[in-house]
Amino acid sequence: MSQRYSIWALARNALTHHESWQKAWRSPEPKPAYDALIIGGGGHGLATAYYLAKLHGMRNIAVLERGWIGGGNTGRNTTIVRSNYLLDENAHFYEHSLKLWEGLSEDLNYNVMFSQRKVINTCHTLGEREATVRRYNSMRLRGIDAEFLTREDLARLEPAMNLSMDVRYPIVCAVSQPRGGSARHDAVAWGYARGADSLGVDIIQNCEVTGIDRDPVSGAVTGVQTSRGAIKSDKVGIAVAGHSSQVAAMADIRLPIETHLLQAFVSEPVKPFLNTVVSTGAAHFYISQTDKGEVLLGGELDGYNSYSQRGTLPSVEHVIANATEMFPNIGRLRFMRQWAGVMDMSMDGSPIIGKLPVDGLYMSGGWCYGGFKATPGSGWCLAWTMAKDEPHALNAGHTLERFRTSYMIDEKGAGPYPKAH
Amino acid sequence: MMLIPCPWCGPRDETEFVYGEAALERPADPHALSDQEWTDYLYFRDNPKGEHTERWFHRAGCHHWFTVERNTVTHVISAAYPPGKAEKS
Ligand SMILES: Cc1cc2nc3c(=O)[nH]c(=O)nc-3n(C[C@H](O)[C@H](O)[C@H](O)COP(=O)(O)OP(=O)(O)OC[C@H]3O[C@@H](n4cnc5c(N)ncnc54)[C@H](O)[C@@H]3O)c2cc1C
Ligand SMILES: [Zn+2]
Repeated sequence: MSQRYSIWALARNALTHHESWQKAWRSPEPKPAYDALIIGGGGHGLATAYYLAKLHGMRNIAVLERGWIGGGNTGRNTTIVRSNYLLDENAHFYEHSLKLWEGLSEDLNYNVMFSQRKVINTCHTLGEREATVRRYNSMRLRGIDAEFLTREDLARLEPAMNLSMDVRYPIVCAVSQPRGGSARHDAVAWGYARGADSLGVDIIQNCEVTGIDRDPVSGAVTGVQTSRGAIKSDKVGIAVAGHSSQVAAMADIRLPIETHLLQAFVSEPVKPFLNTVVSTGAAHFYISQTDKGEVLLGGELDGYNSYSQRGTLPSVEHVIANATEMFPNIGRLRFMRQWAGVMDMSMDGSPIIGKLPVDGLYMSGGWCYGGFKATPGSGWCLAWTMAKDEPHALNAGHTLERFRTSYMIDEKGAGPYPKAH
Repeated sequence: MMLIPCPWCGPRDETEFVYGEAALERPADPHALSDQEWTDYLYFRDNPKGEHTERWFHRAGCHHWFTVERNTVTHVISAAYPPGKAEKS
């Protein structure tokens, strides 16, 4: 790394009034050809490039981003990190990702502010308690941390929580994953970008991919067309979140994915009063407090296919109504910002990480609500798959073919309705 | 916020409606479909960025299903009609 960040570097640069820091990554012109290309400069694309360079020795590679890196869902999400899944494929994958998070700041020499403050899920009916406790017990059987919380535990952990039984969704009990938490979203994109760049990866912003070139005889990928000209490569990875269907269509591939809106909002900053990340399925919201003091809230999808990146007010009202019931003291806060991202909702609620039915083409997508926590694991697995042209055991189940063999990874059992997962 | 023109009730607030899914053309002869065609019908979608034909249900109104043509970028609705009427696929 050309310039390591440390307390000494900070002190040294203070002497020159912090005017001598180098740029964290270069802005190179695209070369005519690379050994591998990654479409999409969100966390997933940048992590893929970083692990390709670091673990698989592929240095002649580029990340092509239509706008600016981290400007998609990576920079728009509520940053919850956890690995509390029931089904084998997801449980092992997300736990691997969580382990990467635990060493990420050191690995990248960049503070991603990963804070393992506990992710709590409240249960509001006895049926929900049974199903949730079963899932958390299955985590323990796999050696993943999980605990059961009583109402007394909740009163101690989150004093601001309304535990009255005289509300619309009384809290029966809760579960938690103590190693879960949150991280700084921008820092994840910037940290991976800086790490990849220092290993020789070209990060090319303002470069929209508009076509995928293929060999007329074999059909294999030969490169891409972009707003900055054609670039050749016989390995292309797609990591474009809500635009997976558009980019895959450039190679005549249809996906089991629909694009939906998910929004989030933050309040003005206040003194710390929330200690953990709290989420509730019954009342459809999740809440945490950022290190700056803002209350960060998110809910469920707006409910219909959309690429608008603009949330609508009924969802805001729904989230705020339920959140103020559980945390009445936020009722007097003012909201500062509200935004929406375009979610790649898959038909079984689980991601697709692996090879596509065109030689040399790979994807990581269909991340639904939960792709931020997957960022390290997704990059790690996509890098492996691109380097070796075969999936790692951790993503061997997350194929596109599973929709043809009906081997669904449907955590919720909601069936083929993307908006229901 | 959308005003959705229910063919029976006229324009109503979007909170009265429930979104169904893409308005897919039903297979004419389901027994004749290959596994590949069934899978395409069940799971694979065009997911267009632009005009989309889809079904909505007027839950807090007349309880009818109907078809809507809506732009997925602007949310502008260009047509709404009862099921079975001339539909794009
Ligand atoms: C409101 C909200 C809350 C969320 N909360 C959480 C959460 O709490 N926890 C969690 O784990 N996940 C959460 N998610 C999901 C998570 O944000 C995403 O799954 C994840 O960030 C996706 O990362 P990505 O790198 O795949 O996508 P992105 O960051 O969206 O990156 C994709 C990039 O591809 C680029 N691109 C698209 N098309 C092209 C093209 N043709 N050419 C070149 N570039 C292109 C885009 O410009 C974009 O920058 C949330 C999402 C939203 C919207
Ligand atoms: Zn009606």
